[in-house]
Amino acid sequence: MSSGEEKLLKISKIKEGTVIDHIPAGKALKVLSVLRIDRGCNHTVSIGINIKSKKLNHKDVVKIESRFLEKNELDKISLVAPDATISIIRDYEIYEKFRVELPDSVVGIINCNNQNCITNSGEPVPPEFKVKSKKPLVLTCVYCERNMGEGEVHSLL
Amino acid sequence: MKTNRSLVSVEDLSTEELMDLFKLSTDMDRDLRSGKRLTEMQGKIMATLFYEPSTRTRLSFESAMRRLGGSVISVADPRSSSAAKGESLADSIRVVSSYSDLIIIRHPLEGAAKLASRFSSVPVINAGDGSGQHPTQTLLDLYTIHREFGRIDDLTITVLGDLKYGRTTHSLLLALARFEVRVNLVSPPILKVPSHILDRVKSSLQMVETDSLESVIEDTDVLYVTRIQKERFADMNEYRSVIGSYSVVRETVDLMKQQSIILHPLPRVDEIDENVDNDKRARYFEQAAYGVPVRMALIHKILE
Repeated sequence: MSSGEEKLLKISKIKEGTVIDHIPAGKALKVLSVLRIDRGCNHTVSIGINIKSKKLNHKDVVKIESRFLEKNELDKISLVAPDATISIIRDYEIYEKFRVELPDSVVGIINCNNQNCITNSGEPVPPEFKVKSKKPLVLTCVYCERNMGEGEVHSLL
Repeated sequence: MKTNRSLVSVEDLSTEELMDLFKLSTDMDRDLRSGKRLTEMQGKIMATLFYEPSTRTRLSFESAMRRLGGSVISVADPRSSSAAKGESLADSIRVVSSYSDLIIIRHPLEGAAKLASRFSSVPVINAGDGSGQHPTQTLLDLYTIHREFGRIDDLTITVLGDLKYGRTTHSLLLALARFEVRVNLVSPPILKVPSHILDRVKSSLQMVETDSLESVIEDTDVLYVTRIQKERFADMNEYRSVIGSYSVVRETVDLMKQQSIILHPLPRVDEIDENVDNDKRARYFEQAAYGVPVRMALIHKILE
């Protein structure tokens, strides 16, 4: 058993579901929040906060039993944890493993924080942003051209 | 310029297209002055949708289309018609674009022209979106500078007044970023250029931000004065704290170079004293007059 697996086992293995690893330390609760896990969720969820990591020094890990994520949810996670890895678990084994990827444009996930933006006035369009910079995160509204930094984006998720 | 294309931001035009447009504007101005009857837009209809008050922009667009032989349809006040019944801007645009060949829109919300361009089947020209952009004002600002100096490069341009909410200054700075100019940004500290504009131009523009007009006036080639816009302030105390911050008076102009010019997108309130109007450097009424030939050239390029 490698030391990485040993650390992961601090929170128990799951039979079926999703493991979200390499979340920046302290962001696990935000990840749960963007997945709406705080609102009447029936899945068993294990959370590891501030786990030692070679790559990130410290990281958070979330394991959700019997739940598999949609593309839209992966995009949301990429805004909070751009380096997160997703492992899909079936029968205690890793069935598929991949990194989340911040898309070039973010559509319909968060509203523009400019209250005077046309997308906040009930028009039939989803809010749409271009990813101007991945690190640090900067999104530019396609309509009003305002920029939003990481703090603003996270507060709107 | 590609035909059937909208103009939402001044960045939609390449420098080459700008220069082509200026050349055509001068041709249009010459034709207007000679009284030549133009018919290029005969049979074409331009719709104007102004959700915010406008005098110069609306009239100069309408004049430009009529001078080209085209027709104009407009809603007296869209806010009291379909929008008041709850119709979305997207639906209004879908319908109006089926009645016309070109739509001119002014709207109080930022991004409205962009949205309109996505729902319209005909080109859309942004005539001002909230405190976003006002690209056609910039076209005639740049045209005036180019016509006065024969160039835009190697000039010192001082932009004075409300640089936070003033959409004309936002579009102007984005356009100036492609030229070799020095820019002085003079405003009260609470009305500085917002970061979303500054971030886009700071790597390409040589800029000085100051609240002192006196410190930069002597080196200025173009003094671009703007009104502090009461209607953009959510907080009236903030407005009262900056009203009358700057006034260009006779003594200010005396400090300027003989070959410099003073521009203003108009309307002015008290930021340029009327005593300055007769000075040869005061070019704001000529600038406003160029609104017609420049918009004629733009309509021609978009619909040709």
